Amino acid sequence: MAGANAIKGRTLVEKIAAKASGRADARAGDLVTAEVDLCFAHDSSGPRRWAPMLAELGRGLWDPSKVVIASDHYVPAVDAESAAILSLTRRFAAEHGVGRFYDMEGIGHMLLAERGLVRPGMLVAGGDSHTPMAGAFGAYAAGYGATDMAAIAATGRTWLQVPATIRIDWRGTLRDGVTAKDMMLFLCRELGMDNGFRAVEFAGPTVEAMSMPERLVLTNMAAELGAETGVVAPDATTFAWLRDAGAPVEDEAAARAWASDPDADYEAVHRLDAVELQPMIALPHSPANSVAVAEAEGRRIDQAYIGACVGAKLEDLRMAARVLKGHRVAPGIRLLVAPASSRVTEAAAREGTLAILMAAGATLMPSGCGACAGMGAGLLADGEVCISTTNRNFKGRMGHAGAEVYLGSPYSVAAAAVEGRIVDPRGYLNQRRAAA
Amino acid sequence: MTLPDSGRAFVFGDQIDTDLLAPGHLMKLDPDALAAHCLEAIDPTFASTVRPGDFVVAGLNFGLGSSREQAAVSLKRLGVRAVIARSFARIFWRNAINLGLPAVTLPEADQIAAGDLLSLDLGAGRLTNQTPGRTYAFAPFPDHLTAMMRDGGLIAHLKRSAASQTGAAA
Repeated sequence: MAGANAIKGRTLVEKIAAKASGRADARAGDLVTAEVDLCFAHDSSGPRRWAPMLAELGRGLWDPSKVVIASDHYVPAVDAESAAILSLTRRFAAEHGVGRFYDMEGIGHMLLAERGLVRPGMLVAGGDSHTPMAGAFGAYAAGYGATDMAAIAATGRTWLQVPATIRIDWRGTLRDGVTAKDMMLFLCRELGMDNGFRAVEFAGPTVEAMSMPERLVLTNMAAELGAETGVVAPDATTFAWLRDAGAPVEDEAAARAWASDPDADYEAVHRLDAVELQPMIALPHSPANSVAVAEAEGRRIDQAYIGACVGAKLEDLRMAARVLKGHRVAPGIRLLVAPASSRVTEAAAREGTLAILMAAGATLMPSGCGACAGMGAGLLADGEVCISTTNRNFKGRMGHAGAEVYLGSPYSVAAAAVEGRIVDPRGYLNQRRAAA
Repeated sequence: MTLPDSGRAFVFGDQIDTDLLAPGHLMKLDPDALAAHCLEAIDPTFASTVRPGDFVVAGLNFGLGSSREQAAVSLKRLGVRAVIARSFARIFWRNAINLGLPAVTLPEADQIAAGDLLSLDLGAGRLTNQTPGRTYAFAPFPDHLTAMMRDGGLIAHLKRSAASQTGAAA
């Protein structure tokens, strides 16, 4: 086995694990102690849980310059308890000298991406299950619970068992109205959600042609596959995004080395054709319950929700606006839009996207995890039905356990808001083209 | 807390997620109040009938979803001795072990019936189902995790390591 490993190429995740653990080589299955490059937490999982543990250890943060904290779960405060959590978070950030503390500026995962805080080759540890989203920059980004994170915050280190990598090779061009979200809902069904202790690498011409915001959807929902991290190798698209974010990669040629070798030892390689893909809808109560939209058509809804790290980027709002332009949300239906960050709201306002959503009758919500995490505004009553751009529809996640949540792309969610029931959103896109 | 030598099995299916274990809209509650709602969406009587030393037994991918540690904290607060499942979601598995709640992967977990009397020998890697009289072996945890659980979880383990050899991490 050692002999076979010595001659086999390495996956991107194995390369990052080797660097982070200071070893010449680290292979799937190896148990290593790794140095973390970036430690991320939010108001729910971070300071309020860390503080007592750090006190017990008698330690502070190992390196405040490597810590990012975002208050995004309980924002804005709706009662004395959430206000206390936010207040504690502010005090902690100030007392521990956390310079990169984002107070109600958006969802942490979005902030890591839009502020250019993630670099290719980084080991990112985040106190949130959607931390893999940062893997779109060629980083090994994994989610951890509060105790693991408190230990990382105190020591800068954690143990990991290097995950084997499943490679998903997409080829072909997505049809108009079909998105990265549809790809991931399809994969949740095909691969299931039990891929724990593995990494998922997204590759192939379809992924290479994708924008960063769409790649972020792929790696974000690697969490739904159960993966430790999702990764996309960095390329010109990655570097251009980081330049625009004001954080250019100095040596792009060197950064391109953060990619799997051609002869890397994958656990599995799945080859899929994007041309075949339809808009996908996940039925209650699992992202793996996904079907082509035709099979879900006609289901009535009460609420349509455009929000979350995965589904409320500027590009997502533009998709919704493309459907909603010239239409109104159906009577009795509420459309809630919670942009992923304040910068997204600002950009959407500046370019007119927000005006289209508002004219259609959308309600603008604060930037934050909101109803997706079951903590913010926009929750559901017993028996209510919601279609959402978010990534999870577990029973009871968005309010009452008797509520039902469907998942879809921003196109599908916007089209359902107009009709009050689930429909194939492509009818709206074609209509617009015919009118133009 | 000292737990009895054996406990009853509370059996659940596949894909038990963190919203079932610790509902998001209740996450502001203190740990004991939150624990009272553990799994209520699929078993309203679980939290009120489970006793210290009892076991949670489940199928595939137990604990999938959020990183919220309260999912494991709730089970621990209720006195659950261990979770025995055919497979675990990664973050939940780490969280449980970090808290000193054994999360034991056992492919034969589906052979255990609700109410069966179980006993666990973590060091030996052995689970005994006293009801039908069957014993199962499971792969032992890596040494550093066994040490961590023996110390009572990650924070206690770090304190102990720091005391014995200055500066050591997990």
